[in-house]
Amino acid sequence: MSAPSDRKYLSTHEWHKLNGDTVTLGITNIAADELTDITYVALPKVGEKITAGGRFGEIESVKATSDLYSGVSGTITAVNEELTKNPGLVNTDPFEAGWMVKIKATNAAAEMDKLLAADAYEKQAGH
Amino acid sequence: MLKRTPFYDFHLSHGARMVDFAGWEMPIMYRSIIDEHEQTRKSGSIFDVSHMGRVHFTGKDAARFLNHICTRNFADQKVGQSRYSLVCNEAGGVLDDVIVSRDQKNWIVVCNASNREKLMKHFVEQRRAGGFDFDMSDQTEATGMVALQGPKVIERLSGVLPVDLKEMKRYHFETTSIMLIKFTVFRSGYTGEDGVEIILPAKMAAMAMKFIGGSMDKESATIKPAGLGARDTLRLEAGMPLYGHELTETIDPISAGLGWAVDLTKEFVGVEALRAIKEKSPARKLVGLELEGKRIARQGMPVKHGESVVGEITSGTFGPTVQKSIAMAYVDANSAAEGTQLSVDLKGTLNPAKVVKLPFYKRPS
Repeated sequence: MSAPSDRKYLSTHEWHKLNGDTVTLGITNIAADELTDITYVALPKVGEKITAGGRFGEIESVKATSDLYSGVSGTITAVNEELTKNPGLVNTDPFEAGWMVKIKATNAAAEMDKLLAADAYEKQAGH
Repeated sequence: MLKRTPFYDFHLSHGARMVDFAGWEMPIMYRSIIDEHEQTRKSGSIFDVSHMGRVHFTGKDAARFLNHICTRNFADQKVGQSRYSLVCNEAGGVLDDVIVSRDQKNWIVVCNASNREKLMKHFVEQRRAGGFDFDMSDQTEATGMVALQGPKVIERLSGVLPVDLKEMKRYHFETTSIMLIKFTVFRSGYTGEDGVEIILPAKMAAMAMKFIGGSMDKESATIKPAGLGARDTLRLEAGMPLYGHELTETIDPISAGLGWAVDLTKEFVGVEALRAIKEKSPARKLVGLELEGKRIARQGMPVKHGESVVGEITSGTFGPTVQKSIAMAYVDANSAAEGTQLSVDLKGTLNPAKVVKLPFYKRPS
């Protein structure tokens, strides 16, 4: 599995997919593999404000706990409720069914521009 | 340069993800930690534990020396028996936890990989200080070691190894040969399941793996490889201590709940400190905690009783078999009673947790 080129990345392994002014976030397969079996994803509430570079949640596996960061600012409009029942979706389908939050972004174009493209991300992640 | 065990190629060919563990390149997992955990509980797994230290002691004072550096009494130990023990410093802190086995000619000490060099130095110093006369030989790199664990392991191996495993008691061992390969088979393990641990010559180890494990690649295989990740979740459910977590040089075995492995009626390094701790009864105790919800407590997180911090987490995970968030922690003795309601400070969020009896998991008998 390689990182899809239709989205942008943080070096902390979060992907960001822009659609209109809404950005969907999740983590990459590289991060999910590194964490091993994911047991819990702590996500924000709809309506919470997020700042670019800030934390939006936490992810836990049998091995480790890790913070989740957003590369864009805005308001949470949706969280993936499926992950409460089945956090393993992040392991099995990190780029699609394992999405985490949707953010209505206030400055999407400029902020997305600062994130890493797929190839640059993979290079940085050593893959 | 990381050390490699004789099973290195086996790991790679079975898709293992390798990590640095105490200077050894070891498999953390092959498929998934939870899958390997469940395979061990319901059928069987093979673990490469060749990184653990294996040191042989022979000669006139070997037994007397081991009795001098270990907390357990080996005076009445028979050939073919193994005993779990602690090695302590003068202050009663744990230098390592080990298994000491008595063979026809040797005493075999199996220790943690991370402590092997430290222990060898300790042994040399103690031998010199006490004027003991014996030979010590580190067999770690000349041999390999695997653990086969799970409810179907004894049945499977009974047809493979020329040893009467069904009759062999726990913490006993036998040495046998197959096609000139010497196998030392111990009925012991670190998962809460029945099973064996086998030491064999490094050169033959890779070949023997197939023979012992059978066809491990099939979906329905009785025994499949499992890595250090599952080994950790399994031992935690079984309430077993891990060096560097529940045991350190500043923790004594009495507080760790290992008083059963300490003979205070004999003389050994650390005995005076341990007698004093026992006399006063320890200020803190190792307890099991069950957390509400699915969050996991990690090593170092504070444990609170009401408003006050009363302890610290040593290990935690989400137990794949018990399906609960479980942890071990050292807490003040007055907060250690079963049923006490405590909380774990998960980076600012207080998560309710209850003191429960260890182990979290006991295999059906």
